[in-house]
Amino acid sequence: MSTSGDAWVLRRVRPLGGEPVDVLLADGVIAAWRPPGSTGPDTEGLPPGTAILDTDGLILLPGLVDLHTHLREPGREDAETVESGTRAAALGGFTTVFAMANTNPVADTAGVVEQVYRLGVDAGHCDVRPVGAVTVGLDGQRLAELGAMAGSAAGVRVFSDDGHCVSDAQLMRRALEYVKAFDGVVAQHAEEPRLTEGAQMNEGVVAARLGLPGWPAVAEEAIIARDALLAGHVDSRLHICHVSTAGSVEIIRWAKAKGWRVTAEVTPHHLLLTDDLASSYDPVFKVNPPLRTAADVAALRAGLADGTIDCVATDHAPHAAQDKETEWAAARPGMLGLQTALSVVIETMVVGGRLDWAGVADRMALAPARIGGLPGPAPDANAAVAVGAPATLTLLDPTPWQVVDPNALASRSRNTPYAGRSLPGAVRATFLRGRPTVLDGKIV
Amino acid sequence: MNRHLLSTEDLGRDDALLILDTAERMARVAEASVRKLPTLRGRTVVNLFFEDSTRTRTSFEVAAKRLSADVINFSARGSSVSKGESLKDTAQTLEAMGADAVVCRHGASGAPHRLASWVRGSVVNAGDGTHEHPTQALLDAFTMRRRLGRIEGLRVTIVGDVLHSRVARSNVWLLATLGASVTVVAPPTLLPLGVSSWPVEVSYNLDAVLPKSDVVMMLRVQRERMSAAFFPTEREYSRRYGLDVDRAANLPEHALVMHPGPMVRGMEIASQVADSARSTVVEQVANGVSVRMAVLYLLLGGSGEVS
Repeated sequence: MSTSGDAWVLRRVRPLGGEPVDVLLADGVIAAWRPPGSTGPDTEGLPPGTAILDTDGLILLPGLVDLHTHLREPGREDAETVESGTRAAALGGFTTVFAMANTNPVADTAGVVEQVYRLGVDAGHCDVRPVGAVTVGLDGQRLAELGAMAGSAAGVRVFSDDGHCVSDAQLMRRALEYVKAFDGVVAQHAEEPRLTEGAQMNEGVVAARLGLPGWPAVAEEAIIARDALLAGHVDSRLHICHVSTAGSVEIIRWAKAKGWRVTAEVTPHHLLLTDDLASSYDPVFKVNPPLRTAADVAALRAGLADGTIDCVATDHAPHAAQDKETEWAAARPGMLGLQTALSVVIETMVVGGRLDWAGVADRMALAPARIGGLPGPAPDANAAVAVGAPATLTLLDPTPWQVVDPNALASRSRNTPYAGRSLPGAVRATFLRGRPTVLDGKIV
Repeated sequence: MNRHLLSTEDLGRDDALLILDTAERMARVAEASVRKLPTLRGRTVVNLFFEDSTRTRTSFEVAAKRLSADVINFSARGSSVSKGESLKDTAQTLEAMGADAVVCRHGASGAPHRLASWVRGSVVNAGDGTHEHPTQALLDAFTMRRRLGRIEGLRVTIVGDVLHSRVARSNVWLLATLGASVTVVAPPTLLPLGVSSWPVEVSYNLDAVLPKSDVVMMLRVQRERMSAAFFPTEREYSRRYGLDVDRAANLPEHALVMHPGPMVRGMEIASQVADSARSTVVEQVANGVSVRMAVLYLLLGGSGEVS
């Protein structure tokens, strides 16, 4: 198969959904745009061995970046490995994933983050950027050696105790301040722990009926408000993980209006699914934060459209069958997301006109890259697919609707909430610095 | 009838009335000299109890035995279940044993729903977490109908820890389906946030509601709720929401006092009230057997006429 350094022509591809062009990829960058259909095997001036791809009608996007992925390695290799998770990522159009720290052992030392980083390099399906834990063992008591992780080969810039909230206000303040020294960001899992003891699903009408202890919206909103105030106070960057409520969107909008450096992500499942799905008691719909109401979904879509929410992040959370085929309360929270994220964004944001393709590129590639501190950020979506930009790209066929088959996913786990649901769009190819990781919808 | 009885929320009016009418016929069996019917001979009913509940388990056991079914008591305590065996593995074990019906009590809301997706037999929810306890609501309705002659139009007041009560939920849906008007009374901390969507009136004032009640149903209030700040002290709870002798005197003469048991005497109900003529506490236990006979009979499609 092809190796790095090969050249490719994408014939009649539509950058950001615009007019078709022939795009030449060479030396790991976008080398040229040529008139549509003008480039063939006999075209003069092409590098030797250039492969021609018929990409008629496909949309060219910058490679997608996921700020929030659980790869489960080390510790739960029965649920996912770096290899299987990044395979799913590439098939979903991602070229970088940020691997969350709640592994076993926890990614709270330079040693663990370097291990995860190297596993990513070895797998080769996409770039893996480890997230470092904020506190030792995610226990919320003592700061982990954030500087050591930042200075390691993994070059950690995002720190998070995800799965747990850094609930101690003083510790959170210190973390926000401390990471400024290496332009880090703290990504907060906003969940006031006392308000969510034993919580199983969104607190509201459905929970009252099902007799499941409620996870109130205020438990998320109170922490976001507190942390936005802290970030403003110490002039630090704060990122909010998986925003799930209408109230959170309002608070973030207010914090941004203040000029504070607060960013936020929303998951695909919170853009599409609602808490009434819990009526089946099937824990495939159990997730933290929980699925909310239709009003929350509408506010999240509006917030993502107007930029209050900066980006989409999957919170891809594989779980072994025995952790989901149980009664609701005994099941672990979390859903697969990497291979369905782009499709869900198309359904919820593109169909209906809330985002155009440049908007999708911003919310799923540029903004997360910026927040995560990836090198060489593109100034805008057009620049990300222009001549000279890295050939780190996703080619999407927007037309087919496909039924999600859990057994056809690359993840080691099967806990997709979309099983049997028809979703639009299919990733046909993914390129990482000029090298295809996916071609014709299959791993290279 | 559905294949399972998992909740009263999805129990239609016709099916609910069929169960109550069948229970009437079953009650006559209990009054006969030979208190046994051959209808479920050769069928196996498994009592699968993940929580201790001697009264409910015994009630189902007596019901199944009066219908001549083979009864297996599968208690989670002391079995492989307590050693970490999953609900799914337990379901597959029961399936292999050929259970025709599984009567399931579980501490997790929705556990019987999950069980129903893994077994071929009928599943009867005998109480799941804080979700539902449908046979309790059916026996409560049966008791009301026997005592007061109807359910339609009755004013039923449910008092106590509605938030954590599966009995309350099952009663709310069933009574609404059967045309009663229900009021729930509790401190606001012990009502679910979503109660506004229920077909009930909500009151925080028991004294205001009692004179307009045909039935008052007292729910057990667990003392440990106090430590979680649902209310300040037992004494204050009892003063504001307990049914003491003075309060009970404000009930209409015909009004019933019900309690699903086990009672905390002196907390939510005074002993004199629990033992008074208007109390149905003991009757509810007897009616429980009739109603559970009816449920098993209808779900398992028992053969032969009930005389």
